[in-house]
Parts: sequence; C-alpha cells; structure tokens
Amino acid sequence: MNVLDVDGLKKFFHTRVGAFGGKPVTVRAVDGVSFHIETGEAFGLVGESGCGKSTVGRAVLHLIPPDAGRVALHGQDLMQLDPAELRALRPSMQMIFQDPYSSLNPKQKVGAALAEPIRVHGRGSGPEAERIVADLLQEVGLPAEAANRYPHEFSGGQRQRIAIARALTLDPDLIIADEAVSALDVSIQAQILKLLSEIMQRRGLSFLFISHDLGVVRVFCKRLAVMYLGRIVESGPVGPVFDTPLHPYTQILRAASPIPDPSARTELVRLSGEIPSASNPPPGCHFHPRCPFATDLCRTVTPKTTEPVTGRHVACHLHDPAQADAMRATKPLAAKELYFP
Amino acid sequence: MSATSASSGGLVQTFNRNKLSWVGIVLFMVLCLIAIFAPFVAPYGPIDQSVMTRMRPPSMEHLFGTDAFGRDQFSRAVYGARISLSVGVVSVFLGMSVGGLLGVLAGYFGKRIDTVIMRSMDVLLSFPTLITGIVIVALLGPSLTNVIVAITVTLIPKFARIARAPTLAVKERAYIEACRAMGFSHARIILFHIVPNILTEILVMASLWTANAIMIEAGFAFLGLGVRPPTPTWGGMIREGFEHIFQAPWMSIFPGLCILLAVLSLNLIGDGLRDALDPRLKQVRDMG
Repeated sequence: MNVLDVDGLKKFFHTRVGAFGGKPVTVRAVDGVSFHIETGEAFGLVGESGCGKSTVGRAVLHLIPPDAGRVALHGQDLMQLDPAELRALRPSMQMIFQDPYSSLNPKQKVGAALAEPIRVHGRGSGPEAERIVADLLQEVGLPAEAANRYPHEFSGGQRQRIAIARALTLDPDLIIADEAVSALDVSIQAQILKLLSEIMQRRGLSFLFISHDLGVVRVFCKRLAVMYLGRIVESGPVGPVFDTPLHPYTQILRAASPIPDPSARTELVRLSGEIPSASNPPPGCHFHPRCPFATDLCRTVTPKTTEPVTGRHVACHLHDPAQADAMRATKPLAAKELYFP
Repeated sequence: MSATSASSGGLVQTFNRNKLSWVGIVLFMVLCLIAIFAPFVAPYGPIDQSVMTRMRPPSMEHLFGTDAFGRDQFSRAVYGARISLSVGVVSVFLGMSVGGLLGVLAGYFGKRIDTVIMRSMDVLLSFPTLITGIVIVALLGPSLTNVIVAITVTLIPKFARIARAPTLAVKERAYIEACRAMGFSHARIILFHIVPNILTEILVMASLWTANAIMIEAGFAFLGLGVRPPTPTWGGMIREGFEHIFQAPWMSIFPGLCILLAVLSLNLIGDGLRDALDPRLKQVRDMG
C-alpha cells in the first residue's frame, strides 16, 4: 500500500510582468508530476533551485491548491475533500522546513508550540499534553526543560529538532521535509539525518525528502526522482540512479556533486547556462538547450516517460525504443549550442 | 535575527536603558493619577464661579490663576485631564482594535478582501483628520462620545495600514505555513500567531497616536466642537483664554502646557519603544 500517490500534478502561477498591469505570464512551476511513496519509505525529490520541487511539496499538502492532477493519501484523493475534511486529514501529513529560524513562532514557548496542535485536535489536554510534549522532546534529543524556553534560546540544530518534534505531535504517516538539513552545518546535518532515520524506523514513517543535495539524498532515501523545470526527468532506486544515471541531466547533476575520494575525481562535466524560466520553457524536451546529446527531435517533441530498466523511469528520447530511429535520423545540434563553451 | 532577540528579553533591557522613556512613563502615570483622583487633587470645583476672584494671575491660592468667571484654572486643568486623557486612550484603543483587525485581515487574506478593505481605508485617509472629525461631530452633535467616535474613525485607516504591512511579512514565515499544515483555523492563526508578532509595532504607533489624539481633541475643543461648556477641557480652556490673551495670558498658557506635557510623555514612551524594537534605528541616531 502506498502512503502517497501523486498523479499528473500541475501547479501554474499566474502573474503579470511589466508596468501598468503588464502582460500576463503563466509560470508552469509543476507541470505534470507523478510519483508514489511506499509506506515506511523515504522518497527523495532532487533538482536545481527553481525546478518546482518545493512547490510539489506544498501542493501535496494542499498548502497551495494544485491546479490539476491527483494527490491521494492512503488511496483517498485529497482534491475531492471539502475544507473541513481536509483539515481533519491534515494531521496525517506534516512538514519540516528549511529555515529553522522562521519555522518557529518567536513569541511562543517551545512547550506551548508543541502542545497547541495536540489540544487543537483534541488529542490530550493539560497534564496529558504536557506528558506527550515531554516524550516528544526526549524523542528528538532535547531536555524536558526546553519546553519552558523560547525558540531564540536554541541553536539552529536544536531548533530543527524542535521543528521535527512539532511535526511529530500529531503522529503523522507522511512527513514532507523541504530542504530540512540544507541550512545546517555539515556535522549538524549528520545528526539531524540520523535522528530522522531513527524516527522513521521507530514510527514506520514515510518521508518526501526534498533536497538539492545528492549526497544527503543518497544517505537518507531509498528511491528518488530528479526534477527539471517542473517535470520529473528520471526516477528509481537511489543506488542504481546514482551509479548509472540514464538521463543526461542526472549524469551532469551527479558529476557536479562532490565525491569524498580524491582519487576518484575526474574532470568535471560542466553544465553551461542557467535553468530556463518556467514561464517560458523551451519547447520539446525542457533540457535540450543544455543537453550534450540534444537532437532536432528533442527540440520539438516532448519525451515520453519510459521504463528501460524495471523500477526505473526516465523521460528522454535516448532511452525510448520508439524514438530510436528518429534519434539516429536527426542531427545533433550545432557544436556551439552544446554545453562546452 | 536582531528583531527576534530584541523582541524578547532584549526589549525590556533596551527600553530600560533609555532614561528619557522612563521620564515619559513617570510623567504619563502622574497625569493619569491626577485625572483619576481629580476630586482629591483639585482645590476647588471645576465649575465653581466666584465674582470676587475674576482673572487673577497665578498665585499660591490659584496656582494657574483664574478665568473670567473666577473659576480656578488649576482645578479646571485637573478635571480637563480626565477628558483629554480618556479621549486619547479610548479613541486610540478603539481605533487600534478595529483598524488593526481590518489591517490584519486585509494582509492575511489578501486578494479581494485586501482590495476592498484597503481601498475603503484610502478613502478615509484621503480626508484631512480635522475635516473628517468636523463632519462627524457636525452630523452627530458635539459630545464626548461623538468626539471619541470622530477621532476613532480618523485613526482606523492609520492603524489598518500599520497592521497590514507586518502581517504581510509575518504570514510568509514558515511557522504560519506549519500552522496551516497542522490544520489550525484562520482565527487561531491570526489571533495566536500573527497578532502577537505584529503587536509591538502597533503599540509603538498607539503611544504616538495617543499624543496625536489628545491634540486633535484639544483642536476640536478649541473650535467649539467638543464637549459642551462648562465642562473643562484643555482645548476649551485655551479657547476661553484666547479672548483675554493679552490681559490674562495664563488662561491659555497653562492648559497649553498640560497638553505639551501629555504629548511629550507619550512621545518619549513611543520613541523608547521604537528604539527598543528597532536597534538599527537607534544606532543611526547615536551616530548622528
């Protein structure tokens, strides 16, 4: 049973650019994203900044309403629920944020912040809530006295522990961790990741782990999806995807991630250019302007997602048997358009 | 980060370091006590006339002198404090509650609610304070309640603006998103998570505008739009003295000094609060 099924999720933002109202612009932040998370699994969602991975997290939680697609928790479609039903379901999905400094109310003591959701959802009051809070603080490795202090009295790592405790107050099934360790020092990162793994094991939790850090995802997640400009370009189990990436973008991403072994270092494959604007994405494959293997076909036809290896999905014409002839027939783009300057 | 550390713990210390703001607090407290215990402080009744002692200059017997009806100006100023201070405090409290709430709602919900609320506030703001006040008092008739209503109406759009801006900033913080993820109601989020985090900014303005409200009330009284005579108000006393300004200047000078003291004390409190809240501002001032 999957804890979460996401199918064809879309979220477009409509804004106006320019003076005096300007011309309307549609930012296709998330453009047809599908994935699932199995119970007790940590699923990684990686990509450059601006690729829409955080929007996926918020749209899954319905913190921003998705425009299209299906988000199902334990098979129940969240899009079909009215606001009251959604509110009743919210405890099952919680979020941990990147910035531990803005994720806690500075005017609220830690104990009150942790007890509030328990009281609001009628899961305990007075001494019972206090006992739950004390247990939670212990679970995340903080002393019980922390309850009587304000968030600003804690370090970044401790604050992230408080944020984790808060996410656990309602005993969720799924936690969406949006860059949960990105703002922390590397040594603190390791501690927090260890804590998250322990909690995941102990409680049988599932994670949607959003990160730009491939190393962290490799340690923490079992499967992952790679996003580029609002679409998933490759997904599969962490080991195989990192060892033999199929999509050219994944290959370049992996090459850009530091390897802790000096002898294994080779010349870096560099990715030139910026990530294009999601308000004006390139036609065909979104990655073609930066792809070393791009052909004319890539510039016009959006690649379909195929499963060249069992359990691994990739959206690239290179791996689509149906397009093999067409790929051979079309010429690669001119050399100056390739990624080597 | 400086804002968070200053807002808890640091706030009180910074405020304490500022001697002038304590002068303001003590001064304001004294004025409040005088107003509350006016019958015990005032040596004469505020409307007791005495033909024998008309237009006397200040003396030990009549500290602020007497007016054209022989009324003790000190006693009148003491009772006048009741009107001035209560108009200031009550109208600011009402304006802060209504305007602040409207501003928070506008900032929190945004979109159409924001447009409707803030454009209405702009309409109110576009009239000069005194004009709005005069129109309202003219419509409702001059009385203490109507003066408070008039000043409240002019304060509502100001507080709405002051409350909306920090609401926009606070609602983008991750803890508000966390509240929504935990299924908290909008009312809970606004009351327990937005308001406590913008209250300090609003309180600074409240202290400064209380001073303003006292001056507006005096202005109304001076124009004869406020409380009806013979009830003493500071503004009304200035106006009464105005007719004899060359023969008996003390009739206007002393109530004017009372207004000055009240406004000064509130401004000192407001400045102290602002410095405590925004340490960067303080640095700039110290350097300059």
